[in-house]
Amino acid sequence: MTALLEVEDLRVSYGKIEAVKGISFSVEAGQVVTLIGTNGAGKTTTLRTLSGLLKPTSGKISFDGKPLSGVPAHKIVALGLAHSPEGRHIFPRLTIAENLQLGAFLRKDKEGIEKDIQRAYDLFPILGERRKQAAGTLSGGEQQMLAMGRALMSQPKLLMLDEPSMGLSPIMMQKIMATIAELKSQGTTILLVEQNAQAALSLADQGHVMEVGNIVLSGTGQDLLHDESVRKAYLGED
Amino acid sequence: MNTLPQQLANGLLLGSMYGLIAIGYTMVYGIVQLINFAHGEIFMTGAFGALTVYFYILPDGTSMAIAVPLMLIGGALVAILIAVGAERFAYRPLRGAPRLAPLITAIGLSLALQEVVRNFYPGADRARAFPGLDATHDIGSITIKDADIFLILAAVVCMAALAIFVRRSRTGRAMQATAQDPDTAQLMGIDTNRIIVIAFAIGGFFAAVAAVAYGLKYGNVDYRMGFLMGLKAFTAAVLGGIGNIYGAMLGGVVLGIAETLASAYIDEIPGMNQLGGQSWANVWAFCLLILVLLFRPQGLLGERVADRA
Repeated sequence: MTALLEVEDLRVSYGKIEAVKGISFSVEAGQVVTLIGTNGAGKTTTLRTLSGLLKPTSGKISFDGKPLSGVPAHKIVALGLAHSPEGRHIFPRLTIAENLQLGAFLRKDKEGIEKDIQRAYDLFPILGERRKQAAGTLSGGEQQMLAMGRALMSQPKLLMLDEPSMGLSPIMMQKIMATIAELKSQGTTILLVEQNAQAALSLADQGHVMEVGNIVLSGTGQDLLHDESVRKAYLGED
Repeated sequence: MNTLPQQLANGLLLGSMYGLIAIGYTMVYGIVQLINFAHGEIFMTGAFGALTVYFYILPDGTSMAIAVPLMLIGGALVAILIAVGAERFAYRPLRGAPRLAPLITAIGLSLALQEVVRNFYPGADRARAFPGLDATHDIGSITIKDADIFLILAAVVCMAALAIFVRRSRTGRAMQATAQDPDTAQLMGIDTNRIIVIAFAIGGFFAAVAAVAYGLKYGNVDYRMGFLMGLKAFTAAVLGGIGNIYGAMLGGVVLGIAETLASAYIDEIPGMNQLGGQSWANVWAFCLLILVLLFRPQGLLGERVADRA
């Protein structure tokens, strides 16, 4: 059995600057895999390439058995790869309900969509209370909930979350992480990019440490959590 | 004849025409942040498309009740084709290029379209007669022509249809999403290239409606008609808040009324008796633009700039 997502020797450049320098990793169905690393390590670039917003210079990506090279971003969603982008990027002047409906843009099953919107409201009750409100009026944490809820609306086989805890208060961060744990327990496959390495590794089945465009260390979440170099570099220990 | 109600009606009519054209500027700007300076010429080609249907396709003596809808279709086909063609072959290859490149392309395209029509359309180098709808009606103290009724009805129907389309339809929703955040719109599965084409096509259609109204009202068209009308409509779009479709219509009406009232009454202000009349209308229109840019740069209905992500 092959993995749901397989990335092989992926390289991505912005003009002459190579941001991702030949990385390989895979995500099995049902797993939570995390990429950790400092700013500029190439984590966001990797996710944006997987979802088709950036074109790789070389390397292979296969998702659900199909190659993704040359597939435009709007068709990648249809294959079951959803991306909740860094900085949340909700549609600020549309309502919460409209944002969620856009997450289901390619779906035709009206009843199923309604059901999933209700599920998003159950997962994040605050979104249900404010469904008619413009999304731009939500707090940062609430916007993050909306971005995650919206990504789930496409019924993805793989959910990619880019820095879901960025800029959030510790309480909100805990809430978001608890939600990711809940999604994991429901069997959602997740590729998680996080700067909060502690939280991400505690959740992850598999983790990869990125530094300036390369994966420098890989292991299970627990292994990396107890790795001395990881503890020094990313968990703030001396 | 030149009572205040009449002047207001004249202004409203002129403004509706500006507003219809302004939709094209504002929709394209809202989605790709491009000022399509060739849009005035798209309006002009719409007029010639309609003229072609009337003079070269329909048999002589066709009743206007049949001719006008067919002229609308012909004008719209030409204007949409040129608008969509411009997007596909002139602007799309420059997406991601510095802002100045598509702007200069737009100006070049505008000149090219003028010259093509001037050189190749029979008799287009000077004013060409366009069938008018000149029967007049008196409503209280106001006199309006059939062409005016066509214009106001067309503007109301088009605007209402557009508002419903943008708010209620799936494609309209996708359009709003693309305007607010194009990358994220793609992540939702929206084909943003298709949305951009639709924005250009709607702009072309609205310009063609305005062009037919223009021909019916003024009775002639020429290859330069798009220049000033385009500039005024662009002013209307900025006045209303560029990127906002309601702003475009409101900006058009405000501009049309302000311009008409200024040219009718400003010479009654002591010391300004030399500054009235039609010849000063453009001056007052652009003065209004300057004032808005100074005191409300986001336009009448524009979002505060800080709200834009």
